[in-house]
Amino acid sequence: MTGAATDRAAGRSGGRAAAWPWRSAAVWALYAAGFVPAAWYFWLGATGRIPGNAIKEFEHLLGIWALRFLLAALAVTPLRDLAGISLMRYRRALGLLAFWYVVMHFLTYMVLDKNLDLAVILADIARRPFITIGMACLVLLIPLAATSNALSIRRLGPNWNRLHRLAYVVALGGATHYAMSVKVVTAEPFVYLALAAALVLYRPLRPAILRRRRRGRPAPAARQG
Amino acid sequence: MAVYRIPPVPQSEITPEPVYLNRRALIAGALASIPALGAAAAAAAPLAVKPGPFGTDEPPTPIKDVTTYNNFYEFGVGKGDPAARSGNFKPEPWTLTVDGLVGKPRTFDLDALRGFPLEERVYRMRCVEAWSMVIPWVGFPLGLLLDMVEPLGSAKYVAFETVVRPDEMPGQKGLFQPLPWPYVEGLRLDEARHPLAILAVGLYGRTLPNQNGAPVRLVVPWKYGFKGIKSIVRISLTEDEPVTSWSRMAPHEYGFYANVNPEVDHPRWSQASEIRIGEGGFFSPGRRDTLPFNGYGEHVAGLYAGMDLRASY
Repeated sequence: MTGAATDRAAGRSGGRAAAWPWRSAAVWALYAAGFVPAAWYFWLGATGRIPGNAIKEFEHLLGIWALRFLLAALAVTPLRDLAGISLMRYRRALGLLAFWYVVMHFLTYMVLDKNLDLAVILADIARRPFITIGMACLVLLIPLAATSNALSIRRLGPNWNRLHRLAYVVALGGATHYAMSVKVVTAEPFVYLALAAALVLYRPLRPAILRRRRRGRPAPAARQG
Repeated sequence: MAVYRIPPVPQSEITPEPVYLNRRALIAGALASIPALGAAAAAAAPLAVKPGPFGTDEPPTPIKDVTTYNNFYEFGVGKGDPAARSGNFKPEPWTLTVDGLVGKPRTFDLDALRGFPLEERVYRMRCVEAWSMVIPWVGFPLGLLLDMVEPLGSAKYVAFETVVRPDEMPGQKGLFQPLPWPYVEGLRLDEARHPLAILAVGLYGRTLPNQNGAPVRLVVPWKYGFKGIKSIVRISLTEDEPVTSWSRMAPHEYGFYANVNPEVDHPRWSQASEIRIGEGGFFSPGRRDTLPFNGYGEHVAGLYAGMDLRASY
């Protein structure tokens, strides 16, 4: 079974999950929990409780959570392959949370930080490579978010999987954007960059890994789904 | 060389003593009421200070922001790390050695440093990260200390060095260290002797909290904040331009001079404007235009006459 085929199957099973109220409740709970960091920090900032440069702190928090959700979404497939844990029904929520955090990250930069000064914003995007990369990632995420629904998966067929490979580009781009934005080399951006690289690198290695595991164990991994 | 005169302090800038004393009480009360500052407040001792020149009408940044939003990588790279992780640092006893191209090398202890005539200098502080504060420092002109060691004619620069104590400074330990230690900084001798350049031993009327560079730090208000090297143990006079930590780390981003200059951007962000910490709020940040030499141009621009400040950034 190819990677694309499993992903499509997962998309269909995601649609089926609606028939199971507790499953769909779990997904909605993830959405609700996912927005807690943003809501909590926004409240702290709006009530003057973030010391120092509150807007920058809020902006950075949104960026880092965007990256976390994106990496979590990309970890779903290897986690199922290698550990037998299937979180496939949460993947769309993780991906969309990443998208909304990127949107909030950009809006905070554009509205709160730069006060909608378009000349400054456009100059930043054009002249500062880490901002150019960040902006490109946001643009690339838009078609992914727009097609994160059962109808698009059915309509696009195999093209849906091709399109959503852009998530790998965005993960690497997002981690690079983060690493380039900091003043000094510290462990944290490297951890994100390494995780993104590992999760992306897993994809081309996946067929070989799955073949090896099937040879090792006669029982097919399918029952783990 | 033109003789620099300290501008007279206009009467309007001198705070009447009762107000001054009352303000001090207010600050002490505010300090005591902030739990996170409990330890720092307990350690911070009041200093005998008189008002100094170069004041500003701008309101000082609240002490909570001044003492909890810091860049002091010896304690970690997070803005809250210096306040949260500097509790084990012991700024007393302390010695500051002044050596190099001087006639009378000398080691100063804390009593000697606090024995200089201490002034309150309310300065703008512009961080290279495009934020700023207004801080009431307590200190004395660096020039006074340099005069005591009698720099030789060959001395052209002043090099500064921060203490290295991995056991007390968690940022100096571990696998990933942001900068090579010790942190080093430098000034040209004429910059160091400028009356605006001070060694600070306190802020808000009290001894420096650990996170602000206890017990003695440099303040050069017309330069980006990273020039203000903290917890200084050594000052050496040299003939050659000294290495400075940030210009060694990223020479295309940080130069030796690091004068505040709205026309020369950091490669990754604009320096044209700044956020004034503690002013405005989430929805109306205190963003303002950045001034050349951080607004101290009338006093210091002459130091750089004939220099291309785009090349010597």
